[in-house]
Amino acid sequence: MDFSILQYQFMQNAILAGLCGGITCSIIGVFVVTLHLSFIGVCIAHAAFAGALLGILLGFNPLIGALVFSLASAGIIGPMADRGELNPDTSIGIVFSLMLGLAFLFLGLMPGSRTEALNLFWGSILTVTRQDLIFLLAVTVTVIVLVAVFYKEIQAVICHRQVALAVGIPATLIFYGILFSTGLTIAASLRSIGGLLIYSLILNPAAAAYQLTYSLKRMLSIASAFGIISCWAGLAFSYFLDIPSGASIVLTSSVIFGLATAFSPKRKVKRWQQAQVSG
Amino acid sequence: MDNMVISIKDAVVSYREDVALQGVSLKVRKGEFIGIIGPNGAGKTTLLTIINGLGKLIQGEAWVLGLPVNGRNGIKLRKRIGYVAQVENIDPRLPINVRETVMVGCYGHLGLFHQPTQAHWERVDRALDMVGIAHLSQRPVGHLSGGEYQRAAIARALVQQPEIFLLDEPTASIDERAQWEILNLIQLIHNKRHMTTLFVTHDLRQLPSICQRLILMKEGKIWQQGSPDLILREEILTQLYGAPTPIPGKPEIASSLRFSQ
Repeated sequence: MDFSILQYQFMQNAILAGLCGGITCSIIGVFVVTLHLSFIGVCIAHAAFAGALLGILLGFNPLIGALVFSLASAGIIGPMADRGELNPDTSIGIVFSLMLGLAFLFLGLMPGSRTEALNLFWGSILTVTRQDLIFLLAVTVTVIVLVAVFYKEIQAVICHRQVALAVGIPATLIFYGILFSTGLTIAASLRSIGGLLIYSLILNPAAAAYQLTYSLKRMLSIASAFGIISCWAGLAFSYFLDIPSGASIVLTSSVIFGLATAFSPKRKVKRWQQAQVSG
Repeated sequence: MDNMVISIKDAVVSYREDVALQGVSLKVRKGEFIGIIGPNGAGKTTLLTIINGLGKLIQGEAWVLGLPVNGRNGIKLRKRIGYVAQVENIDPRLPINVRETVMVGCYGHLGLFHQPTQAHWERVDRALDMVGIAHLSQRPVGHLSGGEYQRAAIARALVQQPEIFLLDEPTASIDERAQWEILNLIQLIHNKRHMTTLFVTHDLRQLPSICQRLILMKEGKIWQQGSPDLILREEILTQLYGAPTPIPGKPEIASSLRFSQ
């Protein structure tokens, strides 16, 4: 095999982006999976996509658009889901459809070839710029530091949110912090992974790790390792098989999830529970 | 007055168009064990949420442990109040074990940026021993039975070293034996620690015999209150529940339960 490709700057950038994106998306994914917030994550991903398209349309940096839209959607969804004015699924669905509508509107208003916009759909880890990489690295470091500092509060909130509130932990603040971190991570990874595919990289490694351990610390480590493997192996498949990198990364993460589920020790618990119910 | 730990005056709480509490006033002395009974929707849980600052008063005032209950004092108060709710549906794959879940009780006091020390873990182990589930400390919390989960919840409240203990239907949705064991445990804890305790239930059979005062709630109001001897009468309970309600027998405290702390 020819590994001379590793000498090129674009490939080194892609490997670094895979490392940072793999770690950050997977850490956030652990919280999303444990809190059962899958739909919220999808919604924030589409908001980031709509914001980036607005940036392209109006001629400002798409990263800024993605960041503003994803953080704003996290800020809207949190209270809507919390206050119970509407069923959380309904309120998130409304924001989701609004973001999807805006994304198609911005896409429709865009003159010319729309190549840059379509790249945001699928992502292109091979064209990640130095600026994108610095932003992604900053977000990765921020997320890791926040998790290390607030680990005990995060564990309490993702496992027992109502209990956390009742013992005097600022649970709502931590919950919104998780949502904002999700928005930040999605915005930072948008260009490399793509608006439609980013969510798989958040969900799959974390869901795979969820099948394998009952320890949150181990789950964070395993998910991060799966995230990095998905990115790097996906990148290699993309290069050697000449297939789109974003799709290759997501498919790799899906295979990892499939394997983890097949060999999950927790399946025994599920079978035991089913036996309890039927018995 | 110095002995008063809870003082609520004319409390009104509303969830949109539904009024959950209508002008409720209540005083609780330090060390009292109070049973709060009434049909579903009577406002019992809402009353507890006023005490721990999770509920929002739209009228009236509440003082708990010498502090006015408001948005600013909510977290401060909750650190000093143990709360055990009824068994919830727990994901069996949740990444937290019993020892860790009990440790959550210490986190409020510890505050942000501080990590639990060896002394905190020892406190957790003593609480687990006290509620009789030390042997389950490494088990994932989602693998516990309803009764075991409630013991863990009580241990979690105990490591908080609370001054007030709120129990919201702690024996609902668990089997008869586990109910009996949990009730005995609650009574033993009260005998040992003399914490001010408010025990909510809609089911009279689950009312601890240790109750010094009973509060009967109906339609968001305190309908009657007094000593169990005065209140536990068939005609009063039949009016409260709107259906014939016989007086249940009082369970005795099991002497066989472990109580090592």
